[in-house]
Amino acid sequence: MLDHDVKYLKFKTYLNTYCPNCHNSFNVEKKDEKSIDFKAIYKGNEIDLRLSPYLDVFEVESSETIDKGDSVDDLLCPKCSKSLINKEVKCGECGSEVGEVLISAASRLIPFFICTRYGCEWHGLTKADERRIKLKIPRQDMPEQDQKLRVHNYQEVPYGYTTELALLEAGRCLQCKNPQCVEGCPVNIDIPAFIALIADEKFDDAAKKIKERNVLPAICGRVCPQESQCESRCILGYKDKPVAIGRLERFVADYERKMELVKVPVITRDTRKKVAVIGSGPAGLTVASDMRQHGYAVTVYEALHETGGVLTYGIPEFRLPKSIVQFEINYLKEMGCRVEMNHVIGNILTIDELLEHFDAVFIGVGAGLPTFMGVEGESLGNVFSSNEYLTRMNLMKAYKFPEYDTPMPKANKVVVIGGGNVAMDSARTALRTGADVTIVYRRSRHELPAREEEVHHAEEEGIKFRLLTNPVRYIGTDNNKVKAVECIRMELGEPDNSGRRRPVPIKDSNFVIECDMAIVAIGTGPNPILFSTTPDLKRNKWGYIEVDPTTNETSKKFVYAGGDIVTGSATVIEAMGAGRIAANAMHEKLSGKAKPKKKKEPRKKVKVN
Amino acid sequence: MFQIVRKQEMARGTIIRFDINAPKIAKKAKAGQFVIIRVNETGERIPLTVADKDEFAGIITIIFQVVGKTTALMRSLNSGDMIKDVVGPLGKPAEIEKIGTVVMIGGGTGVAILHHVAKAFKEAGNYVIGIIGAQNKELLILENEMKNICDELVITTDDGSYGQQGFVTDPLKKYLEERYDIKLAYAIGPIIMMKFVCKLTKQYKVKTMVSLNPIMIDGTGMCGGCRVKVKGETRFCCVDGPDFDGDDVDFDELMNRNQLYLKEEKDSLLFSIR
Repeated sequence: MLDHDVKYLKFKTYLNTYCPNCHNSFNVEKKDEKSIDFKAIYKGNEIDLRLSPYLDVFEVESSETIDKGDSVDDLLCPKCSKSLINKEVKCGECGSEVGEVLISAASRLIPFFICTRYGCEWHGLTKADERRIKLKIPRQDMPEQDQKLRVHNYQEVPYGYTTELALLEAGRCLQCKNPQCVEGCPVNIDIPAFIALIADEKFDDAAKKIKERNVLPAICGRVCPQESQCESRCILGYKDKPVAIGRLERFVADYERKMELVKVPVITRDTRKKVAVIGSGPAGLTVASDMRQHGYAVTVYEALHETGGVLTYGIPEFRLPKSIVQFEINYLKEMGCRVEMNHVIGNILTIDELLEHFDAVFIGVGAGLPTFMGVEGESLGNVFSSNEYLTRMNLMKAYKFPEYDTPMPKANKVVVIGGGNVAMDSARTALRTGADVTIVYRRSRHELPAREEEVHHAEEEGIKFRLLTNPVRYIGTDNNKVKAVECIRMELGEPDNSGRRRPVPIKDSNFVIECDMAIVAIGTGPNPILFSTTPDLKRNKWGYIEVDPTTNETSKKFVYAGGDIVTGSATVIEAMGAGRIAANAMHEKLSGKAKPKKKKEPRKKVKVN
Repeated sequence: MFQIVRKQEMARGTIIRFDINAPKIAKKAKAGQFVIIRVNETGERIPLTVADKDEFAGIITIIFQVVGKTTALMRSLNSGDMIKDVVGPLGKPAEIEKIGTVVMIGGGTGVAILHHVAKAFKEAGNYVIGIIGAQNKELLILENEMKNICDELVITTDDGSYGQQGFVTDPLKKYLEERYDIKLAYAIGPIIMMKFVCKLTKQYKVKTMVSLNPIMIDGTGMCGGCRVKVKGETRFCCVDGPDFDGDDVDFDELMNRNQLYLKEEKDSLLFSIR
């Protein structure tokens, strides 16, 4: 038998194939096995051949084998026994004779040629026909940890693509001339180019290609809402499911890291200028990396004792392993960025003091102040903000209590309020402590702001959803711990400013959900620490910093800002996009290349439902 | 890493004083502000108020009572040992201005924090009356320091083993009745003490500031664990406080919230002993 060498796998899809003479199907289905069978004559004997379901090279069915590099003498249809050899066509690679079969793809019969030489992968398809076949490859799912198993551990849920799956998925990309996906990406990664490199098995180069635009591919591949960004623009998505760009991004980044192919660039440029970055979250890390590569001395200030911002304290281990975050930060450190932990800027140093030492300052502090609904009983025991719950569990590693000193909040029945990614994270973390979890969200399923994948995983793991429901008060026990949440049913009314239909309470529809812990995940606001010592930073009515959208410069000269502290809670990649804009503008201004302001269209904002 | 340069045990070893080398924090810390300490890699973050600072030597002083696992662990440290993380200064500093006569009321370990605030008020040129209390003579701390700062100092003990017998509210009531020029009271100590001080001063219409000590994790306004109800609104102690006008604070709620983790604290302590 042939060893199933990966590089011959071109299409990996199960298509219907027909004999051009009798129009009978070659396809055979036996139990779970699918194959495409026909006969051949080799050294005077009739042998059974099999074209694997993936339409790669043929394999030998019978006990006989074909020597490497040898060709079979004839190919026969098993039904009508007529020769399939088409004398007019010769193999485009080795010049051997070829057999012709018909393939049904995109409601057309396409001639597909099989080279008689063993191991040759030529198939004589035009580019257009190749595309028609590609449409037939289904979107590949990532292998995942078993749903029953994973609720008992904190390990990552999807394992990521194997090389085979990645090649297959990469094969689906149509390589559009005018790629829409690139426009859908907030940092404009050259998506078709990196996918083409994967298809060519140049995984290392593919990773480099992504890193030209995105410094944190392993993180973005895991936590980006691709379905509303790049993948929403994929042409394949109109007829079928889009190419799994995020999963491919994750694959190459993981490949690069696991194979230890990551090379830290040696920075030779030195502008003798210094830049301070406040916050080591995604926005800050992008600025730090970009500015360091432009040749600036960069110092990153972090308020907590661990770097990574929301990537560390917010997103749980099973969704984004902390070792990956630390790997990316080590990369920055090795590049020469200084990272100062335990520095709460605004208190230990003010922005004005930073400006005395640094030529420019970037503010990427995020929006970390939790908001509460202000309903009765919110200060009862075991009512947490999602930030508190996740900080305890992720940053302080409370799930390892009592090995780690921070106590783990434990409960039997947990209610999570909110429908965003943070709500899903809180719910799935609580589930892993052994609790029975219900998510309460005031709109319907269609409006859930969380990533589709997260909602899917949450449902799979057995989290209950109470949609169109809003809490009105928390009921406490005698010792002031929460014992139930009183909720009211909602219905969707007229669309509001954000375009979503406004939920309206239904009168007298109150009911009670029993619980012994409640987690409030209804969003965050800006933290006042920084602004208390920098009153001259202009802010909008929600308290976020106002910036010039083309440069991300604030009302204070040489002070830039980006990420959640400008936009309010958004995504990792949007924060990185904002960081990129700020870094470019900073570099232009500091190197004296800043052109007189010309009118530029502001970057199109990706709408996240 | 931050080095402990001096360790002093007070009140029979139940209250410990650390001088920590943290020049950047010492430069900025003001009276009423606090730091968050994480002793080692597996440690929890605990808030401790800066009891004193020496800007020139780059040293901050913290004084804490041994109550749980982390403080027990800290007691085992000696001068020369390192503390993994010290974050600060956090919180809003106490508002210090020259207003005339102020009365500073401290109870238990609260005296440590009070001492820093009292010093600032004295330096601003105020007439400072001090009232400090403890359970008994042995648990009384910083008596000499307070004596140096205050123009008048009254000491009370619950059992009468030193100073006057009774609670701090007794001499306070006397002062409030005798002196009409008291502009401000500052009460720092156990929640129950602050509650009763506020009740008393309200009758005499004297503004009273209190320093709260809720459960905290990050201390930077991120978790909301330290929320307290002030004037019916939810405020975060770490960014809006820790000092609030005592008349507005819901002390009962704070007391309830502070008792949430007593069981876990015990488990954690038992685990570490094992």
